[in-house]
Amino acid sequence: MPDSENPDSGMPPAVSPSAAVPPGSGEPGGALLALEGVTVRFGGRAALDGVDLAVAAHETVCVLGPSGSGKSTLLRVVAGLQPPDTGRVLLAGADQRGVPPHRRGLGLMFQDHQLFPQRDVAGNVDFGLRVRGAGRAERAARVAELLELVGLPGAGRRAVAALSGGEQQRVALARALAPNPRLLMLDEPFGQLDRGLRERLVTELRALFGRLGTTVLAVTHDQGEAFALADRVVVMRDGRIAQTGTPLEVWRRPADEFVARFLGFDNVVAATVTGTAADTPWGRLPVPAGSPEGARRLLVRPAGVRPAEGAGGLRCTVAGRVFRGHHVAVRLRPDAAGAPPLEAEWPLREAPEEGAEVGVRFAPEEIVVLG
Amino acid sequence: MTTTHPAPHSARTGTSRTRTVRLAAGALAAALGVTALAACGGGSGQASGGGDSKTVTLVTHDSFNASPAVLKEFTRRTGYTVKVLKSGDAGEAVNKAILTKGAPQGDVFFGVDNTLLSRALDNGLFQPYEAKGLDRIPAAVQLDRGKHRVTPVDTGDICVNYDKKYFADKKLAPPATFDDLAEPAYKDLLVTENPERSSPGLGFLLGTAAAYGDDGWTGYWKKLRANGVKVVDSWELAYNQEFSGSAGGKQAKGDRPLVVSYASSPPVEVLYAKPQPKEAPTGVATGTCFRQTEFAGLLTGAKNEAGGKALIDFLIGKRFQEDVPLQMFVNPVAGDAALPALFTRHGARIDAPATLAPEKIAAHRDQWIQTWSSLVLK
Amino acid sequence: MVLARPEVTPEAPAPPDRTAARRPGRARRAAVRAGLMVPPVVFFALFFGRPVAAIVGRGFHDGGSWRPGRLAEVLGRPEIRDVLWFTTWQALASTALTLLLALPGAYVLARFDFPGRRLLRAVVTVPFVLPTVVVGTAFLALVGRGGLLDELWGVRLDTTVWAILLAHVFFNYAVVVRTVGGLWAQLDPRQEEAARVLGATRLGAWRRVTLPALAPAVAAAALMVFLFTYTSFGVVQILGGPAYATLEAEIYRQTAQLLDLSTAAVLTLTQFAAVGAVLAVHAWTVRRRETALRLVDPATTARRPRGAGQWTLLGAVLASIALLLLLPPAVLVARSFGGPEALTFYRALQDAGASGGTFLVPPLQTVWNSLQYALAATAIALLIGGCAAAALSRDAGRLVRGLDALLMLPLGVSAVTVGFGFLITLDEPPLDLRSSWILVPLAQALVGVPFVVRVMLPVLRAVDTRLREAAAVLGASPWRVWREVDLPLVRRAVLVAAGFAFAVSLGEFGATVFIARPDNPTLPVAVARLLGRPGALNYGQAMALSTILMVVCAVALLLLERLRTDRSGEF
Repeated sequence: MPDSENPDSGMPPAVSPSAAVPPGSGEPGGALLALEGVTVRFGGRAALDGVDLAVAAHETVCVLGPSGSGKSTLLRVVAGLQPPDTGRVLLAGADQRGVPPHRRGLGLMFQDHQLFPQRDVAGNVDFGLRVRGAGRAERAARVAELLELVGLPGAGRRAVAALSGGEQQRVALARALAPNPRLLMLDEPFGQLDRGLRERLVTELRALFGRLGTTVLAVTHDQGEAFALADRVVVMRDGRIAQTGTPLEVWRRPADEFVARFLGFDNVVAATVTGTAADTPWGRLPVPAGSPEGARRLLVRPAGVRPAEGAGGLRCTVAGRVFRGHHVAVRLRPDAAGAPPLEAEWPLREAPEEGAEVGVRFAPEEIVVLG
Repeated sequence: MTTTHPAPHSARTGTSRTRTVRLAAGALAAALGVTALAACGGGSGQASGGGDSKTVTLVTHDSFNASPAVLKEFTRRTGYTVKVLKSGDAGEAVNKAILTKGAPQGDVFFGVDNTLLSRALDNGLFQPYEAKGLDRIPAAVQLDRGKHRVTPVDTGDICVNYDKKYFADKKLAPPATFDDLAEPAYKDLLVTENPERSSPGLGFLLGTAAAYGDDGWTGYWKKLRANGVKVVDSWELAYNQEFSGSAGGKQAKGDRPLVVSYASSPPVEVLYAKPQPKEAPTGVATGTCFRQTEFAGLLTGAKNEAGGKALIDFLIGKRFQEDVPLQMFVNPVAGDAALPALFTRHGARIDAPATLAPEKIAAHRDQWIQTWSSLVLK
Repeated sequence: MVLARPEVTPEAPAPPDRTAARRPGRARRAAVRAGLMVPPVVFFALFFGRPVAAIVGRGFHDGGSWRPGRLAEVLGRPEIRDVLWFTTWQALASTALTLLLALPGAYVLARFDFPGRRLLRAVVTVPFVLPTVVVGTAFLALVGRGGLLDELWGVRLDTTVWAILLAHVFFNYAVVVRTVGGLWAQLDPRQEEAARVLGATRLGAWRRVTLPALAPAVAAAALMVFLFTYTSFGVVQILGGPAYATLEAEIYRQTAQLLDLSTAAVLTLTQFAAVGAVLAVHAWTVRRRETALRLVDPATTARRPRGAGQWTLLGAVLASIALLLLLPPAVLVARSFGGPEALTFYRALQDAGASGGTFLVPPLQTVWNSLQYALAATAIALLIGGCAAAALSRDAGRLVRGLDALLMLPLGVSAVTVGFGFLITLDEPPLDLRSSWILVPLAQALVGVPFVVRVMLPVLRAVDTRLREAAAVLGASPWRVWREVDLPLVRRAVLVAAGFAFAVSLGEFGATVFIARPDNPTLPVAVARLLGRPGALNYGQAMALSTILMVVCAVALLLLERLRTDRSGEF
């Protein structure tokens, strides 16, 4: 997963946009959406296992997890497409048990859009309005407004089969937004798009949701998307929530080795922490003050692996290097027996050739003692 | 895009719920609809079937026909309207009547002939009624004289027809009797119908049984078989395909100049030719005929007995009797009914048709057919 | 059905709210499904199950006691065994021959673009809806005495089994073309292309990609053909001669002619068992292969033929259609114009007097009678079949899926059994329908419903369920989802189903003749009645009326083709 460590998409925004409610303000009582102990089993396997989650009004929450972690099931439970075995789903405080999907007032953008093939673009966008009995003029105005919003003005008469992937994406979004859902859910919204389009859309969407004040629950397996879009990120593993927090919090302090590795960090080793130092197979490493002590797992972010001046530091052989634009990802094999390989990010000019012998040192601010 | 808050949904919940309810209700209504529709149909059928004393229902076979003017005449005279219910071919119609005994489909049944009469009577299909005007009808056809459960309405003769042109071209005299048919001169010329499946076929078999007796008819059929008789399943096939004398057979290049059909076939052949020929293209072998008599009776459990009785009276009345020949191509039973010119000109007089008592037919028919099958088909 | 997934895991007893939490959604779906099943169940119970059970029951309940021993007794008779054997092998042979000849036709009509394709597709369907009386007559004109083969080579096939087999092909060609070809036209050719790129030969790609996708349709078509030929009646009787009898013909004879209800009951049960077994095998094979197919606009899949091979195939198919399907009706049409003046027979149709006593109304009136009956029957069949298909297409369990096969049973039960059953069960108010006009369309719909279900169900099941979910989340109620998502996607199937139901009703002969009815005969009945009279005018009118029936069917089917292509442009 090193390839996703792109500073552009991978680095979280330091602060949330002003329009959105500050992250973490969704206290369970006042949350627009609340899941309480939701469990869904398929056969013997739990797709969701006692999930508690709250989304505040105007908040954008991204559920992040590998495939099979239960994120799509989560959306289907909220939408009412999958009844939970246990637990409750509350929307604006009201228990949704027994409320069918069409009466929940939600928007859901499917992973592969699921545009109605027999209808043109306008027919897709105004579907939700039509089934609610909106008049022709009202629908036409709304379709025009939304197509403008998603950047497809005048595309109403086009056949959906003739649209490109990105255009379908936009139509699906316009369709989900048209009835003013109180909660918009996105299932892998950018999964099928190429990288450039994806990055542009993420930025556009974030701005759009901020402007509209839409409450969004998205699921994705791409932490770049999640960090770029979300006010709050929920990392899922095997149907359970592994960590919740702002993108920055999650990025800075992954809760455990699973989260760390899922975020693309591979420099994780066993360590014994005492005060501001930890004993690891890579030697004695500095850790931030106040880190938990004892036998722990320890993460060194690639940026924290630096070339040592002179002949000091951990002696390594350069096993491989990958050009990444602004930096080079260097794979190092420590000479010490039993020490796992290290990933490092070095500026282009400083990057040694493959096979070179180098010494490395570790920067404490990039080292995290995991929980 | 100005709205920043989710639209209220509670207001719509009501409508949506109504929709679900409506869906269930719709499905139910559809189900009920079919039943109701059925019920309505039943209601009207019921009303016209007998509950309404102004309607009298005549259950009959598919060959029944009457001129609309004649049926109107009945209404004018009696105040009853006739509803005709056609119930399949003769055998099927009788069997259906037997099956629905007790809850009959109508008031009067017309079309049971002497080959089926015993079955109908034994099953108690009819209730006695002595029709007015029976004195005009020959006693010979009044087969249930003692009890008057059925009233004869018409007679018809099943006879071998011949292709006049064929015999003229060959300078051969057409056959006249059952015996002739077994003559070598007529080898490979006759086509008849399977008596199992066709009523003229059955009539012809019964005719041979009447002519040669219980012991003699099998020998006759062995001779017929040796003389190349062809058997097909239906009158339609025999007459319209195999027979060389009929309009249909000519088109189909039929090559059998002899066919088992009806005595009335030649006049009908004339009637339905355009332009009508001066002479019928076919003739009748008058010594090969078996007489069928058709009866009508008041059904047991009839809802409109009075109307039914009036209808039976009407069926043997002069007006209806004179309508019979051109409608059903059979002969009237009433002595005072005049035959149409078509019949007197092109029809043959059958003076001595073969006949069999209904009881005898009932007793032997199935066994005769079985014997015939193994003799002729196998 | 509702219990497809285990509600409770044994090792962890569920908390009390668990079942409660999942019940509402499921209960509603189950309720909707149950509601949808009500009309078909009521319909089949009243107009099929009860009449047939009653007549069969009467056959076994003879003289005050039950006599199940009749079964072995009747089946032990050698002539009955002969009938069973002949029925089975001729049906198998007919099915094989029909598939052999019609599958290339299905392919050509689905995938080749050539002028007149649409017309041809409508034309090949016409024989299917013709009444057996007309088919028999038309076929005699080809293989019978004085027929074309007789004229050319002196070959006569009537009263041979070949005539029966060929007539069965004539009858059922359309079943294969429409059932298989309809799907074939909608299969995405890129699937096959993908297989080619992966290294499969043309034949290999077809075998591994297209054939599995088509298999359920081929199985469905084969099943239909088998059912039709197994229960064949008119064709066998007209063309086969006295030596050949099918089970259906024997049931007719025992019931209608001999009133031997007990023998008829045994034969009915035998036929029922045979048909049931075939249906069970079919349901099993289809279930194993049923997959969500990727369907595309049929207009995009047709190409002009390329290369000698494809042109040869096209030529061969066209030639076989011309010889087998067009020639017999053509002779019939020619004969309808065979009067002294070309239009003599047609003019006579307008005149009740011209046919003497055959009808109380002009024979032309029977065309309107037939159309009215057929429309009513189509409406009933669509309602009943549509409800059933909709209910069966939902994530149904084994029990409900079994109904799918049950709905086919009317095709395997003799019309005479149903007709006589009507007589003894529909005799009490409020269901005394014995003399009502509605009985005719009801009986016709009984035969139409299986078509509607068979045509619609595979397409409904192939609709991506997430499209439905997308609509539901957007606020569409289940009814609305059906209308907005399912219906547009299956509109084509609905039209095809309606066309089949209509055409079947129009040409339906069996049930109509076994039902007592007021004198407003349908067109096929009128044809039969005209054929049952001597005289050139009657014969000519029968030909003329048959020609009109063929033209009406062809026009109706052609309209359907046009309608369907216009709509499918939306796909």
